[in-house]
Amino acid sequence: MAKKTECIAMLLAGGQGSRLGVLTKNIAKPAVPYGGKYRIIDFPLSNCVNSGIYTVGVLTQYQPLELNDYIGNGGPWDLDRANGGVHILSPYQQIKGTEWYKGTANAIYQNIQFIDRYNPEYVAVLSGDHIYKMDYAKMLQFHKEKDAACTIAMLEVPWEEASRFGLMFTDDDGRITAFEEKPKNPKSNKASMGVYMFTWEKLRQYLIDDENDPNSSNDFGKNVIPAMHEAGERLFAYGFEGYWKDVGTIDSLWEANLDLLNPKANIDLSDSAWKIYGRGAVTAPQYVSDKAVIENSIAAEGCEIEGKIDYSVLFSNVTVEEGAFVDYSIVMPGAVIKKGAVVQYAMVAENAVIEEGAVVGENPEKCDNLENWGVSVVGAGVTVGKNAVVKAQSMISEDVKEGETV
Amino acid sequence: MMPKNVLGIIYSNSYDASLGALTARRTMGSVPFGGRYRLIDFALSNFVNCGITKVGVIANSNFHSLMDHVGSGRPWDLSRKVDGLYMLPPFTPRQTELDANDRIEALNRIMDFISHSKQEYVLLVDSNVICNIDLSKLFNFHEEKNADITIAYANGKAPKLGRTMALSLDENDKLTGVGIDVKTDSDVNYSANIILIRKALLERLIGDAESYAYTSFEKDLIQKNVSHLNIYGYKINDWNCTIDSVETYFNANMALLEKATRKSLFSAERPVYTKVRNDMPVVYGIGSKCENSLIADGCQIEGTVKNSIIFRGVRVAKGAVVENSILMQDAFVGEDAKLNCVIMDKNTVITPKKTLSGDKSYPLFVGKEIVI
Repeated sequence: MAKKTECIAMLLAGGQGSRLGVLTKNIAKPAVPYGGKYRIIDFPLSNCVNSGIYTVGVLTQYQPLELNDYIGNGGPWDLDRANGGVHILSPYQQIKGTEWYKGTANAIYQNIQFIDRYNPEYVAVLSGDHIYKMDYAKMLQFHKEKDAACTIAMLEVPWEEASRFGLMFTDDDGRITAFEEKPKNPKSNKASMGVYMFTWEKLRQYLIDDENDPNSSNDFGKNVIPAMHEAGERLFAYGFEGYWKDVGTIDSLWEANLDLLNPKANIDLSDSAWKIYGRGAVTAPQYVSDKAVIENSIAAEGCEIEGKIDYSVLFSNVTVEEGAFVDYSIVMPGAVIKKGAVVQYAMVAENAVIEEGAVVGENPEKCDNLENWGVSVVGAGVTVGKNAVVKAQSMISEDVKEGETV
Repeated sequence: MMPKNVLGIIYSNSYDASLGALTARRTMGSVPFGGRYRLIDFALSNFVNCGITKVGVIANSNFHSLMDHVGSGRPWDLSRKVDGLYMLPPFTPRQTELDANDRIEALNRIMDFISHSKQEYVLLVDSNVICNIDLSKLFNFHEEKNADITIAYANGKAPKLGRTMALSLDENDKLTGVGIDVKTDSDVNYSANIILIRKALLERLIGDAESYAYTSFEKDLIQKNVSHLNIYGYKINDWNCTIDSVETYFNANMALLEKATRKSLFSAERPVYTKVRNDMPVVYGIGSKCENSLIADGCQIEGTVKNSIIFRGVRVAKGAVVENSILMQDAFVGEDAKLNCVIMDKNTVITPKKTLSGDKSYPLFVGKEIVI
């Protein structure tokens, strides 16, 4: 058995993210670009290394190619290590047959052997689709102090949003007394962030029991945690303050990007004490021409900017030609916005081309029917033809012909 | 010729003195350039992009920043079990006192390293030459011409560096004569000091140099051998620049504001690799203005930036105006400060409301970590 490791992390990165539509057509949700030069998975991975957790298993299942390629040997996160490091864990063939990861708990269950190799005392189970900066070491400290079997990171959310979350009730000591899953009339605003710290010995047994239960859907939130709770295990809520966002939908991904421009949103990526690492593009600095107007925006290296940019996030190697206008939009790596095109309230995926004079998205203030308003999305590699119009809320995965309106 | 069969050697201290205060505490190779690079990145990237797998970096003095920058060679994929990157610092303190431009002495010192390398050819380059060229074409040229030595050259005004070779070539690009430090204002074919040579020949020449106490690579090994050896000149057609003064350094940076220069230097097929810093992308504040400038990640621009090169982590506060300037890593320009034709070194601070101005032919230099 290997040298004892106090804490390892298991990162659930198998989700399809179907609500992100064309953005996750060919990539898993954790590989979706975010914030000008990152991908969503950079956040939990960087949190791990910044918290001193150097053994990370990344559980992949849906469209893992790009994610595997991106993580590689883990070098960008300092996770290429002699002991531990980052490991991609895909479902594999076993004597009793091959099984996909049936649920979050089953995914960990299928990798009990991997975890046992490191003989850890604690296992952090993280999800690969949240944007937040968190010190798991502090959470582990709390977990140890409380002598808990499981600690769940908890965020107090605004009451009006509470019904979208799994909620918790706690006593004065922070011990969880009850759960409520997405209730219509929430009585608590303490939401689970989907970040768990387990005492491995306990979790191991509950995973085996859960697997033997034919009625279980093998999910942490639905099955394992409630089972632990019913059995009277010590479950604690660890209060977290700071920015946290589930970027599971088009709107939330768009908002989370624009939050970077909002000083009130409290997500600071320039903090050198808690860097977010990523595999960056090898490219020159960005060039801003004398025709360009750029304000209140974020732009990454390799961009060539000649147009007008306002309240937007440009990823690396984006080209915005003269006279083009990008407003309240997210433009992902390698996309080209040609002369006179307008991209507003939209997300343009990797390597898409917006031809001259095309208009993508609508400004809600100028929209006749706000009911039908929403962020427009142009899929990866899609070309929107000359003078074509992509209406609000449209999601485009095929090329749009010249002059067409979709 | 297989690039794997070529050993790349970089002089990191080439002509340090020509940049004065910029190289007071660093080598020529670690001088910041173009917003996110160090000069050595161009030589290293040229090497690895053509397939060279073993690189030696000769360092004589002031090489802490260089060591910090190249590290194990990972960004260039030169951190390897077989071959890879080798730093070659001096053995004894005495050697640091030698003229850093003395190629013969420097090569003599690393002759064991060269001899023990399995490569049959050696490519010598200087770190003050900026270009992005396909070296495999140079190797093919060398083979086609059946040359003993191939020297890459550029056409233009000769750089004002000691021992600059001006090459006279016949119609077949064969070297017929060499002028050293020629006094002329007209364009010449000057050596870019990218020199390809068979290892066995280099060993012999350096051995001879030691026996006869030769001191000049250019004069004693090239000029004297024009008629004895097959020496050829290979013209660099891509954009290139030899840094020979603060003025050329300033102009080379500013040249990056031309689209054609950027296209040539930052080609997609031959990327320029550098150490990664993991800064966040550039943040433009409300009311920020930016025109005709090159800006690297990690910058926060709240004021106005025009015709400038801005390195990683620079902050330009509200109301500040930066024009025709080069701001290196983590420089800070306070509110309402005005800069024109200024080179700010790393970690410098301009406090609010200060005005600093140089001239394009004589930019004002603010040394590392100075607060004004």
